Amino acid sequence: MNLSINLTVNGVRRDVALGDPRVTLLDLLRERLDLTGTKKGCDRGQCGACTVLVDGRRINSCLALALSHDGAEILTIEGVARGDQLHPVQAAFIAHDGFQCGFCTPGQIMSAIGLIQEGQAGDDPERIREGMSGNLCRCAAYSGITEAVLDAQKSLSEADRRHAA
Amino acid sequence: MNTFDYVRPATIAGAIAAAADPGAAYLAAGTNLLDLMKGRISRPNRLVDITRLPGLDRVERLPGGGIRIGALVRNADLAHDRVFARSYPAVAEALLSGASAQLRNAATVGGNLLQRTRCGYFYDVTSACNKREPGAGCDALHGENRSHAVLGWSEACIATHPSDFCVPLVALDAVVEIEGRAGRREVAVEALHRLPGDTPERESALEPGDLIVALRLPGEAGMFSAHARYLKVRERTSYAFAVVSAAAALRIEDGTIRHARVALGGVAAKPWRARSAEEILAGSSPSDPAFGRAAEAALADAKPSGDNRFKIELARRTLRRALTLAAAGTPERVPALPASPFSSAPGGLHDA
Repeated sequence: MNLSINLTVNGVRRDVALGDPRVTLLDLLRERLDLTGTKKGCDRGQCGACTVLVDGRRINSCLALALSHDGAEILTIEGVARGDQLHPVQAAFIAHDGFQCGFCTPGQIMSAIGLIQEGQAGDDPERIREGMSGNLCRCAAYSGITEAVLDAQKSLSEADRRHAA
Repeated sequence: MNTFDYVRPATIAGAIAAAADPGAAYLAAGTNLLDLMKGRISRPNRLVDITRLPGLDRVERLPGGGIRIGALVRNADLAHDRVFARSYPAVAEALLSGASAQLRNAATVGGNLLQRTRCGYFYDVTSACNKREPGAGCDALHGENRSHAVLGWSEACIATHPSDFCVPLVALDAVVEIEGRAGRREVAVEALHRLPGDTPERESALEPGDLIVALRLPGEAGMFSAHARYLKVRERTSYAFAVVSAAAALRIEDGTIRHARVALGGVAAKPWRARSAEEILAGSSPSDPAFGRAAEAALADAKPSGDNRFKIELARRTLRRALTLAAAGTPERVPALPASPFSSAPGGLHDA
């Protein structure tokens, strides 16, 4: 059984020898690659703290078998800023108090980036709340999170328009 | 989680051969299977990863109407496929009312059809469960059972089927294409899931090695597109399984219902087609008295399996409301809160 895979994580190609078929993508990121920004909350797909983008789509990394994602491109919270310049969603979470303790925040931010890319919610706060319902926040910073996503969506679409002009 | 062999076959024939041994399981997204393995409810000794099998990730229009959906199409992709959502809006709404955006991005059509019950006693390996361990007994019968079945249950098992997607599928006569050791065959989704009887461990019509390769919706199912809804009552507004749900699809011509399709979710070990309700609706005017009679007929055989008598009346009301919404017309776009009885605007109708 070949238990080696390669992944592109935050733009860097990584070859990983797993040694055990049971490793989830979440455990691979945290335990093998020391990318501990992605959090392990429930580990059962119920809380969303482990959300990452795989080939551009947000998923729960705790319910993804690493072996099955051989060749995938992964984006985690560590890969969204450009140097010292925060990603617009990160900046919006700070501006709108979109967190308190911060444990769910990496998952919230990755989920929000995925939601904005999916393009289904627009500027409707109800669609944003529904689209973010897979990310629980025990501090209940939900109103700040919704405002942050609305704001980030606006600044990203304005940046897109400037880019297109 | 127990350890396992991992194989990733390149062909369907290779997958079937690899999965024919007892103890083998197919892996697609794994959103249900890995959860079951972490809880030691499922302990496969071999995982057959089907995610690289060719040709199973397409949505195709069929000549002569209808649509064929590969088993590896992701729930989110299907729900947002414009042609699909326009033809089968109740199915799109059901898909978007299930799980979370992250899970819908991963979960596959084939996996959704085969997801396991969320009965708490099935999930708790220290409890007795005939489905998990045949002959062990059923702790749900005298336990916390307010969410359990009211139709088609037996003393051996009172669990419900958790899928939203499957409810409009059985209403619309969807069919699954299965590849197995004996070749290819087709089974109606309605016949795919089994009622528990004395063998609740046998959940579907699949044999060892059988692989669902595609799902088909017939062209006739598209005739309901102007009046088709899914309505789902949950314990919270989003990201929860149905307590009770209903799919309602009507063909209304000259102010009369010509054809009706009705199914209920959360009430039985399988998505529950209600043909007696359809017969009452066909030829009636789309009116509340007719919807009430249909709802009575749909639940005529229901009986509580425990502390869940309320679900019978809840199912009647849910169906009646789903029929009312379907008669009012399919909304242009799936509502902000898909399938929810709650409004997305204060004071507004839920589908406003």
